[in-house]
Amino acid sequence: MASKDDSPDGVNLSRRNFLKSTGVVGIAATVVSPGEAAQSGPPVVGPGEVPVRLNVNGRQLNLSIEPRVTLLDALRMRADLTGSKRGCDRGACGACTMLVDGRPVYSCSTLAIEVQGKQIRNVEGLANGNTLHPVQQAFCDKDALMCGFCTPGFIMASVGLLEKIPNPTPEQIRKGLDGNICRCGTFNRIFEAVSSVKGVRRG
Amino acid sequence: MSEHTIGQSIPRIGARERVTGAQKYTADLPFPGALHVQLVHLDAARLAIRRVNRDEAARVPGVVAILIAEDLPDPMPRFGPAVADRPLLADGETRFFGEPVAAVAAETLDAARQAATLIREQIEVEELPPVITVEQALDPVSPLVQGPESRPGDPLAGTNILREWTFGWGTAPDQAHLVIEREYRFPMVTHFAIEPHAFAAAPDESGVTIWSPTQHPFVLQRVVAACLALPLARVRIVAPDPGGGFGGKGWPKFEPLLAYMALRLGRAVRLVLTLEESFQAARRTSARIQARSAFDRDGRIISQDLRTDFLVGAYADIGIRVVSKASYAACGPYRTPHASVHARALLSHTTPSTAFRGFGTPQASWAVESQLNEAARILGIDAVEIRRRNLPRKGEAFIPGDTPADGDWGAALAAAERSIDWHAPLGPGRGRGISLGLKSSSTASASLAIVRLLFDGSVSVFSATSDMGQGARTVFAQIAGRELGVSPDRIVLTMGDTAVVPFDSSTSASRSTVFMGNAILRACADIRAQLRRLAARAYDVPEETIAVEPGAVRVAGRELTYVEVLRDGFGPPRGELVGVGEDRGSGFRADHPLGGRPEFWEFMCSAVEVEVDAETGVVDVTRLVLASDVGKALNPRQVEAQDEGAATMGLGHSLMEELILDECGRVRNLGALDYRLPTTMNMPGELHSILIENEDGPGPYGAKGAGEGGILGIAAAVGAAVQQVTGVQIRELPLTPERVWRAIAQNRRDGS
Repeated sequence: MASKDDSPDGVNLSRRNFLKSTGVVGIAATVVSPGEAAQSGPPVVGPGEVPVRLNVNGRQLNLSIEPRVTLLDALRMRADLTGSKRGCDRGACGACTMLVDGRPVYSCSTLAIEVQGKQIRNVEGLANGNTLHPVQQAFCDKDALMCGFCTPGFIMASVGLLEKIPNPTPEQIRKGLDGNICRCGTFNRIFEAVSSVKGVRRG
Repeated sequence: MSEHTIGQSIPRIGARERVTGAQKYTADLPFPGALHVQLVHLDAARLAIRRVNRDEAARVPGVVAILIAEDLPDPMPRFGPAVADRPLLADGETRFFGEPVAAVAAETLDAARQAATLIREQIEVEELPPVITVEQALDPVSPLVQGPESRPGDPLAGTNILREWTFGWGTAPDQAHLVIEREYRFPMVTHFAIEPHAFAAAPDESGVTIWSPTQHPFVLQRVVAACLALPLARVRIVAPDPGGGFGGKGWPKFEPLLAYMALRLGRAVRLVLTLEESFQAARRTSARIQARSAFDRDGRIISQDLRTDFLVGAYADIGIRVVSKASYAACGPYRTPHASVHARALLSHTTPSTAFRGFGTPQASWAVESQLNEAARILGIDAVEIRRRNLPRKGEAFIPGDTPADGDWGAALAAAERSIDWHAPLGPGRGRGISLGLKSSSTASASLAIVRLLFDGSVSVFSATSDMGQGARTVFAQIAGRELGVSPDRIVLTMGDTAVVPFDSSTSASRSTVFMGNAILRACADIRAQLRRLAARAYDVPEETIAVEPGAVRVAGRELTYVEVLRDGFGPPRGELVGVGEDRGSGFRADHPLGGRPEFWEFMCSAVEVEVDAETGVVDVTRLVLASDVGKALNPRQVEAQDEGAATMGLGHSLMEELILDECGRVRNLGALDYRLPTTMNMPGELHSILIENEDGPGPYGAKGAGEGGILGIAAAVGAAVQQVTGVQIRELPLTPERVWRAIAQNRRDGS
């Protein structure tokens, strides 16, 4: 791969040759690539895929996944449900929050196999056709979002809170949403939005 | 014709997609068939790479390629927005914790990770002493982060000073009533955009396409093109809306590597960083600031002498610009008869620091505003009053030869003073603090916009601004709607694809409402001019008799809609009008230390009330008032959101945020659990935003930029409030419970 170019143009040195040799040729010889020995590599650790049946947003999902797959990965990578976001992937930021039997959980830290037989809801199941869920509508009305990446998690945490406590006090809202991080800093608007929601049925 | 919405808080465009989960961020895009990339990084900041053993890793089923430095062209392709100093992969030794030594591409993420783990376990390295503090960077016996051979012709090669500057004016005073000389520290903090960085690249018939939630698609295009020696036209950047940027997604990170891999392997590749990796990819410049301030007996500033040492990291990134720009205006919004600022950007074995909301100004403000508060205390002058005495009037130059004070800054100060009940008695354990923040906005830069008036009167706007939460789409739709008399629901904005949208310098420096806003305004004016010509031809009347207003064309005593003119002008073949607009500000000036004057100043007054628990050292901000000079708030609720968001972020570095490094240069608090940042529990019970609107900005309808002001001065306000309660001025951020508790304990010991 090493190529010398006699043009003394600083950092651009040899770029031309470099591109000539890299842009079109694909894998170069020096990049280690799996050869015939590929199948003799280290074995994959852990059991293989098993059937996992999930009830997500009222629909039955029949997946074949390894037992170690998280609920978040199952939905994002196997069911094309990318509404729930992966932030920290460590159960700390809340962007992945879903409701499992009405309880907010960090789906990045919940195994899919564990929540079979339970009612799973994520942000993509809230709206009724074109009609937003009251919490979604409140987030729009109060402009309780900026970049929006944490929003699916905040909305699910808020729905979970309101289904448990339909008329929460400001302190209950603060504590109820403390497991979610909004780096844009929309917290006060989220408080406003959640406070304004009326008529969420106790779950 | 509809009523225009300028100055109204119309609903955010894109909110519905975000509350339903339909919004696609980069990691949500499918990229079928793309190889998964895993970077291999090691467990210390500075390691000499002796040998990378990759044979076993290469045998992991699914692994397609493992790239190490030796596989790359010689010399190593390097990149950077200011200095092309950063290698695609660590070159000989790693220079920061997280710098990749290899990149694995595999059919599955699991395979890529497994191979990366094997490489990490089997690599042969030698640990070398790192440079991780300002003091180490300045110590002549410390190792060099970048060797002299990589800095040819640089007189500072052979030191860890990447660049240094001296700014100043006036002559040093003979005498002063009061001189305060102190040292301040500002920690390394990380952006923590809730969306971790994500990238993809794919070769195609025209070159390479890169997906990245970048704030500056055209910077990325330029940097990748330079690194890979491709024409700009062959590098296409697709920039999905970022899930938060704050500067951390501004400047290229791993996109050049991904582009290289895509071209070399002939396949699409994708890489989604973990949050931990995002911490290792971008951070704010930490700083040590030594300030010597002289005052007369009335509290008027006589001189400010600042030594600003910013620890920028292993490579330049945009750090040089951060240091110079912030240091140039570091004396703040005050008449300073004599100023002397010596600024240094110091290399270290740490994550390359980059732009971060405020762009170096929060670091400088922490020192300068704290000095002013201390002077007020010593002189027995109220902290509001001392600021009032030093604030320039509107139109008054406070940096000689530069943009004068461009707002009624005293009004913002007075508004905050009133709103926080500055003069009201305080309860026990409570204190108040106030500070000002002033940031030099965007200087010479350019924004272009294309606006298309379609045959049915609806409108398409094309702009390279990234909508990362600041609400650019909404404001741009309001501007186009106002100019063309179209309601925002008939306007669609296309952003973030360099194959489609015209050039824009960046989404940074609170510049988009002003620069891109003006560009859109002018593109709409271009459309109106074309409509006039079209109407003149269609109705065979002289152009000068035709008036084109938003939504209406007056021709020979008749009022026509745009659609009627388009129909009559184009006839059955149909057509559309394409308007182009541009704003370059006041332009590049080679004689200016920053290459141009700031187009406007971003000015903010922050006032806080805190409660300090003397037993635990916990500081609780109970009230927060923000008063910003915005010229004109095109969408007030969105402006307030930005101010409040910036202030909330500022509470983070004031009270809790800090990257903690060990002696190997490893960050010990990677991730959301160990790196504390504000949550619902840290929000002030009372938060009040005040917008000062005198329509005196250079943007559309008198707007100035906003969105960074809230973070500029908040630390000094909190520090002063804590001082009022505890009697101790702490000069090192963040004001963690431990630090506050220790200060209180020390004070008690000293006092007893």
